[in-house]
Amino acid sequence: MGKAAGIAEAFRHRRVAAIVRFGGLFGLALVMFALVLLVFGQNPLRAYVDIFRATLGSAYGFSEVLVKMIPLVLTALAVAIPSRIWLINVGGEGQLFIGALFATWGAVTFNGQSAWLLLPLIAVLGFTGGGLWALISGFMRARGWASETISTLLMNYVAILLVSFFVFGPWKDPESANYPQSAPFPDAAILPFFPGSRVHLGALLAIAGLLIFHFVMSRTRWGLEMRAIGVNAEAARRNGISTHRYMLLVMFIGGGMAGLAGMGEVSAIHGQLRPSLSPGLGYAGFLISWITMGNPLGIVAAAFLISIITAGGDILQMTHRIPAAAIHILMALVLFVVLARRSGRKGGK
Amino acid sequence: MNELLVVSLLSGAILSGTPLLYATLSEVIGERAGIINLGLEGVMLVGAVVGFAVTVKTGNHALGIMGAALAGALFNMIFAFMVLTRRANQLASGLALMFCGVGLSALIGAPFIGSRIEGLAAIRIPLLSDLPFFGRAFFQHDILVYLAIPAAVALWWFLFRTRWGLGLRAVGENPTAAYAAGRQPLLLQYQVLFIAGLLGGIAGAHLSLALAHTWAEWMTAGRGFFAVALVIFSKWHPLRAIAGALLFGGAISLQLQMQALGVPVSSFILDMLPYVLSLAVLALWGGARRSAVPGSLGRVFQGTE
Repeated sequence: MGKAAGIAEAFRHRRVAAIVRFGGLFGLALVMFALVLLVFGQNPLRAYVDIFRATLGSAYGFSEVLVKMIPLVLTALAVAIPSRIWLINVGGEGQLFIGALFATWGAVTFNGQSAWLLLPLIAVLGFTGGGLWALISGFMRARGWASETISTLLMNYVAILLVSFFVFGPWKDPESANYPQSAPFPDAAILPFFPGSRVHLGALLAIAGLLIFHFVMSRTRWGLEMRAIGVNAEAARRNGISTHRYMLLVMFIGGGMAGLAGMGEVSAIHGQLRPSLSPGLGYAGFLISWITMGNPLGIVAAAFLISIITAGGDILQMTHRIPAAAIHILMALVLFVVLARRSGRKGGK
Repeated sequence: MNELLVVSLLSGAILSGTPLLYATLSEVIGERAGIINLGLEGVMLVGAVVGFAVTVKTGNHALGIMGAALAGALFNMIFAFMVLTRRANQLASGLALMFCGVGLSALIGAPFIGSRIEGLAAIRIPLLSDLPFFGRAFFQHDILVYLAIPAAVALWWFLFRTRWGLGLRAVGENPTAAYAAGRQPLLLQYQVLFIAGLLGGIAGAHLSLALAHTWAEWMTAGRGFFAVALVIFSKWHPLRAIAGALLFGGAISLQLQMQALGVPVSSFILDMLPYVLSLAVLALWGGARRSAVPGSLGRVFQGTE
C-alpha cells in the first residue's frame, strides 16, 4: 500500500515537472514562430487569437480538436511503439494511407453486410494494411539491408502513389464526375459518432491502444524484453532475446496503429478514399512521439496541442492567406527546442 | 531503337540527374564528416524557392543560383547548431529541418505561385553540340549541368588530396582521435555543413530554374531522400556518386518518356519507379555498407572535457 502510494506520488511529481517543462518549451516555439510570421508581414497575435477562437473558443471547435486527436494519437503510437527498441518509424503517413486503402477495399467489396460484420472487418483490414506496409521496412532493417528511417520515408511516397493509382484508376467512383475518389462507404461501414459531434469510435481505439501500450511496456515480459533491447541491444541478444523478432513485431504493430488511423479517417471523416486523405498526420504523429519520448500520457497532451496547431494551419490559410504548410515551421520549432534542450543530458545516438 | 528517343532519354537522364548529383555530393561531404542530414530535402526546398524568387525579382539566373546556394547554406546552419552545438540526435534534427524547410519554402513561395520564368539557358558547346547524336544528348545543357561533374571531381580532390579533407575524414571516422591529433572537429563540421548547404541549395535551384521553371510546394518530392540512398550506393565516394545520379536521373527520365509516349501503364505506377529503385539500392548495397561507412556516422561528438 505505502509503497504503491509512494510510487504514485513520485510519478505525479515527475509528470507535473514534465508538463511545466514542456509548456515552457512550447511557449518558446510559439514566440519563435511569431517572429517568423512578423518577418513575413503577418500579425502573429491576431493569428494566435484566431487559432485559439476557432479551436478552443466553442464547443464545436473543441470537439473538432478531439476529432483531429484520434489519428494523431494513433500515428504517434505508430512511432512510439518501435521507438521502444530504437527503431525510427517515419512511415506513419504511408502506413495510414495503406490502412485506409485496405479498409476501403473491405467496405466496398462487402457492401451490404451488417455493421457488426463490416466495422470489425475494416478495422482488422486497416490494421493489417498499415502493419504489412511497415513490416517491409522492419524486414529490411532486421536483415541489415537498410535503415528503417530512410526506407519508411521512401515508402510514404510509394503508398500515396498507390492510393492515387486506385482512386484515379480501377476504384474510381463512376458516379463522381471527375473527382479522384472511391465509391462512398456504405452506411454500415461508417464508424458510429458520439452524439452531436464528429468524434467517432476511433477515439476508443486510440484510448485502448494507449492503455495496451502502457500495460504491455510496464507489466509484461514483452515490455521487459523490449526495454532490455532499448537499453542495450547487444546485452539483450546475448541473453537470448530475439531482437530481430521484436523488430518485425514492433514495426507490424506500429504500422497497424497508423493503419487504424487511416481506417478511421477514411470511414468516419471522408466516407470515401481520396488522395487528400491526410494533411501530414503521420509526420505530426512522429513529432508527437519524439517530443514526448513515447510516454502515453505525454502523447495525449502533445496530440492535443498538435491537433490545435494542425487546425491552425487551415485557419491561417483561410483567414490570413498564409499557406497551410507554413504551420510545419511551428511543428519543426517545437521539435527543435525539445531536441536542443534534451541533448545536454542524453547525448543522442 | 528510335535514335531520337535515345537522345531525349539520355539528355533527360543528365538533366534530372544533375540536382540529384549536387544533393548527393552535399550528403557525401556531410556524412564523411560523420553527420547524416535527413534535412537535405528541406535545404533543397529552401534553395529551390529562394533561387526562383530571386530570379523572378531580378531576372538574373546567376543571382538566383547564388541566392539559392547561400540560403541553403544558412538554412543548414540551423541543423549544424542543433547537432554540433546542442548535440541533438542527428536523425530527428534532420527531420525537423525537413519540416521547417517545407513550411518556410511554402511561406516564401506563396507570392510566387503561378509565376513562370525563362528556364536556365542552354549553353551550346561550339562544334561539339553540332555532333549528330552526342551533340543533343551531352552538349546542349545549362551551366549547372556542366559544372556538376567538375564539382564532384573538386569534392573528391578536397576530400582525398588535401589536408583539410584528411582532417574532415578523420573527424568522420573518430572525432576524439582527430581532436587528439590537433584538429577541431566542431569547426570542421560547421564548415562542412555550410558547404553541404551550398550544394543542397544549388540542387534545389536547378530543380526550380532549369527543370520546372516554376515553384510548387514540396516540389522536391523526396529527391533529398533519394540522395541519402545514393550516398550508400556510391559508397561515400564523390566520383561514384556521378554514376548513381545518372542511374536515378535515367529512371526519372525513363518514367517521363514512357508517360510522353503514352505507354499504357498508369502514371502513378511509373512515378513509383525512383522510390522503388531507391529502396532496391538500399537493400542491395546497404547490407555490405560496413566497409565504407564513416566510423562515427550519426554519433554525437561529446567534446573532450
